[in-house]
Amino acid sequence: MTTNTQRRDAVQASPPPTTKTPRATGAPRTDGLWPWLFVLPLLIGVGTFFIWPIIQTFYYSFTSWGVFGGSSFTGIANYVRLVSDPQLYQSLLNTIIYTVIVLLGIPIAVWLASLLNTPGLRFAQFYRVLFFLPYVAMPAAIALVWRIMFNGDFGIVNSFLGVFGIDGPYWISTPGFALVAVSLVGLWSSLGFSMIILGAGLKDIPPELYEAAELDGASRGRQFRSVTVPLLSPSIFFVLIVTTISSFQLFDLLYAILGPLNPVIPKTMSLVFYFYNSGFVDGDKGFAAAIAMVIFLLIGIITVIQFRVQKKWVQS
Amino acid sequence: MTGIIEARGPKAAVATKASSRTRTRTRTRSGPRRRQGSHWWIHVVLGVGGFVMAFPFIWQIIMALSTNAQVTSPTPVFWPGQLQWDNFAQVFERLPFLSQLATSVWVTLIRTVAQIILCTFAGYAFARMRFKGRGLILGIVLSILLVPSQVYLISQYQIVQGLGWLDTLAGIVAPGLFSAFGTFLMRTAFLNMPAELEEAARMDGANPFQTFWRIMLPLARPSMSVLAITTVLWSWNELLWPLVVSTRAEAMPLAAGLATLSSDRTINYPVLMAASLMAMAPVLIMFIVLQSRVIDGLASSGLK
Repeated sequence: MTTNTQRRDAVQASPPPTTKTPRATGAPRTDGLWPWLFVLPLLIGVGTFFIWPIIQTFYYSFTSWGVFGGSSFTGIANYVRLVSDPQLYQSLLNTIIYTVIVLLGIPIAVWLASLLNTPGLRFAQFYRVLFFLPYVAMPAAIALVWRIMFNGDFGIVNSFLGVFGIDGPYWISTPGFALVAVSLVGLWSSLGFSMIILGAGLKDIPPELYEAAELDGASRGRQFRSVTVPLLSPSIFFVLIVTTISSFQLFDLLYAILGPLNPVIPKTMSLVFYFYNSGFVDGDKGFAAAIAMVIFLLIGIITVIQFRVQKKWVQS
Repeated sequence: MTGIIEARGPKAAVATKASSRTRTRTRTRSGPRRRQGSHWWIHVVLGVGGFVMAFPFIWQIIMALSTNAQVTSPTPVFWPGQLQWDNFAQVFERLPFLSQLATSVWVTLIRTVAQIILCTFAGYAFARMRFKGRGLILGIVLSILLVPSQVYLISQYQIVQGLGWLDTLAGIVAPGLFSAFGTFLMRTAFLNMPAELEEAARMDGANPFQTFWRIMLPLARPSMSVLAITTVLWSWNELLWPLVVSTRAEAMPLAAGLATLSSDRTINYPVLMAASLMAMAPVLIMFIVLQSRVIDGLASSGLK
């Protein structure tokens, strides 16, 4: 964050670039072949591994694949099959449930970030590191820990619930609970990232506003509602979008916590898991391409809706 | 250890609620003067939160040093007594851990170096050089950022398969050498640099490459380190792509190795914990050493 503000200051401090100044030589400035040498290696790679695949996947979604290779054009057959497949709706529902639970972490992150940003708070850096730890940990590795922690017979989660007299369920092997368990881990791992983004937004709120609110006799809670939340709304919105998009692509945690052979998978799988299963376990690549296009479409729709909503409640 | 964990859990949570209530009451009465100073209830909230964040890691270390009987005991064993260091040795005996570690290291190293070189050059050209079609090409490259990775996964697989790279290091590395995000990051960095330096170098007769290499590149170091950190983290932790292009356990990087291993019933829990701990360790150590640079790097790259 510091580097950013420094850079911005540097740009503001320097006079505006003098692009209009006519050159003494009169010849227009050209960089000749140099720029092409600079961009070509990247463009070849990006073209081969990203641009072309996007076009190709779109085409694949209209084809049907045999088990031993070879594909034929089948028009919209994949899409027709997809919309009549109950697994699509199950996966969509699971993905939405996961996303909603993870998004519940944002209000918590706002609160914790505002506490963490208390001026003069000791050990702030230590807390920052602790909260950010889950975000950098390898999902496939930490998922194994959570799987044991959620074990129905000897997991620490149920031991903890037992302290309150709650008889915990078999989290990993019961469809509804399995999804909740994965969602809680998702919330746990994304909380630190949200807090850091929100913390950066909090630093930009002028302290005078709090002083003024305090003079008016506003309580800490009132200050939080009337100063912090409205002025933080751009950051909250940003966190909302990033979290929604990444939650919608749930795969790693689900795969690693539940395990690919878990019988609850059909009832618990996310859209990306459905995509992975169709394309790489069943080998039905045309159908999987259609799922990929649907995921693309859904994420696009969500993003557009969120930007529409932003205009209504985000203050800039 | 037992006592500490038990005492801090539920009781601390109750204390938090109570303290936040009294705090609001005293605040309204005592007025603004007492703003500084009594942060103790904040420490209670953040302490409990931080403990919840760190607990799985602590628990993982404890389990990695326990016996299987202790891990599967219905009443939690908070301290194993005799530390089972042998679990770590067993990881190397019973799993292809070393070859997976080597794969992870190579994949991460190659991708990071490649992304830094390719994205820095391309980012500079897009920010500072003039050539035909610059805006259009940039727009196409950046449009990739809007597309979820599943969309190009199948086709990337077909390409890698066609090249005969399934189950090879090249196959795992290939698409990750190129990054639209990195290009965007480096372009932003160069855009924000003052134009005067560059103009001066040109006046002195430096060609575009010399201007870039001697004047602009050194200034881009902070952004290059942000790119390096994000690439290392992403590459080390990535699961879906390596899972798709590698089927042999020996050819997989650690993330895919661990995720597929979990269905193997012959590996007991403590060994599994030791393996997952060692798999995460390099990145966690990097994070703990660099701390703010990692946090700020990821936050600023997310913000752009």
